[in-house]
Amino acid sequence: MASVAMVVNGKSITREVEGHTLLVDFLRDDLRLTGTHVGCDTSQCGACVVHVNGQSVKACAMFAIEADGADVATIEGQANKDGSLNVIQQAFQDHHGLQCGFCTPGMVMTAAALLKENPKPTEAEVRSYLEGNICRCTGYHNIVKAIMAASGQDVTAIAAE
Amino acid sequence: MPKDTGIGASDKRREDIRFLTGAGHYTDDIKHYGATTAIFCRSTVANGIIKSIDTSAAEAMPGVLAIFTGADFADVGGNPAGWLINSRDGTPMKEPKRPVLAHGKVRHVGDAYAAVIAETELQARNAAEAIVAEIEELPAIVDMAAALAGDAFVHDEIGTNQCFDWGWIEDNRAATDAAIKAAPHVTTLELVNNRLVPNAMEPRCSIGSYDAGNDSYILQTTSQNPHLTRLLISAFVMGIPENKLTVIAPDVGGGFGSKIYHYGEEALVLAAARKIGRPVKWTADRTEAFLTDAHGRDHVTKIELACEKDGTFIAFRTETMANVGAYLSNFSTATPTFLHGTLMAGNYTVPNVYVNVKAVFTNTAPVDAYRGAGRPEATYSIERVIDKAARELGIDPIAIRRKNFVKPDQYPFTSAAGLEYDSGNYDALMDTLEKHIDRDGFAVRRKASEARGMLRGLGLNAYIEACGIAPSNLVGVLGSRVGLYDAATVRVNATGNLSVMVGAHSHGQGHETVFPQIVGEMLGIDPASIDIVHGDTSKIPFGMGTYGSRSLAVCGSAMVRATEKIIAKAKKIAAHMLEASADDVDFKDGQFTVKGTDKSVSFGEVALKAYIPHNFPIEDIEPGLEETAFYDPANFTYPSGAYACEVEVDPDTGKVRVDRFVAVDDFGNIMNPMIVTGQVHGGLGQGIGQALLEGARYDDDGQLLSASYMDYTMPRADDLPFYTVDHANGTPCTHNPLGVKGCGEAGAIGSPPTIVNAVVDALQSAGKNVTHIDMPLTPLRVWDAMQNA
Repeated sequence: MASVAMVVNGKSITREVEGHTLLVDFLRDDLRLTGTHVGCDTSQCGACVVHVNGQSVKACAMFAIEADGADVATIEGQANKDGSLNVIQQAFQDHHGLQCGFCTPGMVMTAAALLKENPKPTEAEVRSYLEGNICRCTGYHNIVKAIMAASGQDVTAIAAE
Repeated sequence: MPKDTGIGASDKRREDIRFLTGAGHYTDDIKHYGATTAIFCRSTVANGIIKSIDTSAAEAMPGVLAIFTGADFADVGGNPAGWLINSRDGTPMKEPKRPVLAHGKVRHVGDAYAAVIAETELQARNAAEAIVAEIEELPAIVDMAAALAGDAFVHDEIGTNQCFDWGWIEDNRAATDAAIKAAPHVTTLELVNNRLVPNAMEPRCSIGSYDAGNDSYILQTTSQNPHLTRLLISAFVMGIPENKLTVIAPDVGGGFGSKIYHYGEEALVLAAARKIGRPVKWTADRTEAFLTDAHGRDHVTKIELACEKDGTFIAFRTETMANVGAYLSNFSTATPTFLHGTLMAGNYTVPNVYVNVKAVFTNTAPVDAYRGAGRPEATYSIERVIDKAARELGIDPIAIRRKNFVKPDQYPFTSAAGLEYDSGNYDALMDTLEKHIDRDGFAVRRKASEARGMLRGLGLNAYIEACGIAPSNLVGVLGSRVGLYDAATVRVNATGNLSVMVGAHSHGQGHETVFPQIVGEMLGIDPASIDIVHGDTSKIPFGMGTYGSRSLAVCGSAMVRATEKIIAKAKKIAAHMLEASADDVDFKDGQFTVKGTDKSVSFGEVALKAYIPHNFPIEDIEPGLEETAFYDPANFTYPSGAYACEVEVDPDTGKVRVDRFVAVDDFGNIMNPMIVTGQVHGGLGQGIGQALLEGARYDDDGQLLSASYMDYTMPRADDLPFYTVDHANGTPCTHNPLGVKGCGEAGAIGSPPTIVNAVVDALQSAGKNVTHIDMPLTPLRVWDAMQNA
């Protein structure tokens, strides 16, 4: 067991963890932040994307001890201070960018990273950036639309709903 | 104009809030006090005799609480097929037992033969690795034709690999054969409907708990239909009385069919929880999902279309081999038969249809209903052979379809495959499609593509499907062992808000938003004051679950009927309060009013009176305001559509890009256009995935080569275009109260032939005589087809 300390969603925490504990399991099992999901075992699906020191990271692809001293952000910390949905979350609701909701936390975290790097992405740029996030429900149409809308672009020309 | 509220409004989804903030509760998010972990030992060979299983080393390992093998379940029941199919000779299908854990033999890679329960996942995994199973590997039976011809069997006790040899409609066989023999033109096509893995993003997960004090069990599980799971476990597999078993499906991360079925892991965690007296959780990893979730499709088909020289259809004749895998999953026998064969007349007035389906056991994962379930297979065969026939006869692909469409004045129309279509207007759908696709501009777009060295193709398609599954009487005659009604309870609480308990389960479909829109409009109250309760057998009267695009058409109808009963009773209470006869009371916009007066009480006042029955006609009316309805549909519903797409093919690489896709659908009346459109998008994503990317591949040894996201090509955002979706002008279903048909599967049914038709069109434009390519149309397959043409 090793001691890890990190800031998660603005809160400092310290825990004892096994060396082999993945960050995603640490978040889910130790901190009970179950919004970060596990959808595969090969780091392909992106349901576990969180931010570590501002970078989007698949939390299944790093150990918890590697996040020692890091600033970690998960889906649970994304809403506005008053509890309302942030711009990206709201755009996902407004444009029906989610169905079963399982990939959604990873999508929102990836979208946040994209818009930080590229505040006005084109459709092609959004689609390309989502290469590490799989959604089985939406056919991606409304996810791409929601992310473009969240960037402040007019999406009314994009076909119905 | 779309409405702002109530039925037909695009209300935003209320369930989104919890999913967007990480506050959903999926099964794996649940952590019980004292919980333990189950890990399964799975066969690494496709076919083998279990000679021995030595668990002694594992039993001595730290944290191990219990170990199970097939022997522990030898005396309990098997997981049954829900549908009895009779072969053409009248004999019933072969039904080998599907045990909780493999016993005696393993029959596919991933088949579980032992399970370890331990304090932690790591301890369980380590112990599972210490179990020594001596398994004598046998040659794998993988290819269907070889399975039928060979003398080695997946299940030795049945002495054949053929589950059934089914004819539909057998009495039409001779007439169809004669019609084809005499026809001026016959187009023949051999095709493969590729095997798919449903791949809901949430892997399966089950938690079993046992309460010794009450001798009762709770199963929390990733299910599309908790009541069906309870019924299967109670009546067939474990014999736990239904009143002693609660099945809860909390938030479920997609299903697409794969979570309809009961799986052995669910029974195992219940048995283990009882044995050790603590909760037992199993969570599949993705590899297990690939190896053990029921797969979809996997048909090998020959279809013939006989027609006149002018394109008038005379007959469809189909011979299909359908893979059922190593064991019969719950709907596996219905999918290639009554969800496929009965649709083989398509949208057409063709007088002769005959379908022969041979279901084949192989050493592969079970195959069952996956989004569309039989109907994509039917549509693909029909619409591909029509496209080929049109090309051979030199007839426009839209014209040949229009020539044979059932016309609006022919409803109700009994198809040559025996279904009675109640409503539709296929020409109107095609009219709308033609408005969207700018067909006149296609030649210009094709030239522009060619100028860039690309080939452009236009693919067209029409489909019909049977949804709203299903009228119990009819399916009973056809072999179903269950009824396919649904149920709802509407509970008006004393303070006027509502809990509506529904048998359908929502795992992405948005029931929590849409169902209150309907009840709210019927009662004239704010939908926000209505909550849907689903997924818990202890709270809900009954339900057959969510699949076959049935939730709204069947369960929604039950909910409407229960709400009508609420209104009827509330009217009586209101009449008493208003000192009038119930016949003189009108109900509108949430107010009960005595006709011709201004005397009125609100729905909320009536609700309060029902629960505080002072000055209440207690001898005539019971207190309380809660009603239940079961609804059994009179017929299937028949959504239909017309789809088109344009693709670009790179002739140097064979790479296909979908440039545009238009889906025009008739779903009957629309309750929430935003959600319906989203359902179509999702279906299109999966259908285009089938056409271009996805394929589950077993090698000759029965090893699944595509068992991870690095090997199985899931559609990603940059594989797919924006879609144009139009469902504005449906023809209402004639036999359910909302006039709805169902929208969940259409996109996956209509899109695969559209894509393949477009690619063939593109290649033909380059002078390549390519008439068919089997899905998925990978660059290699397309390039090969071009080189060999």
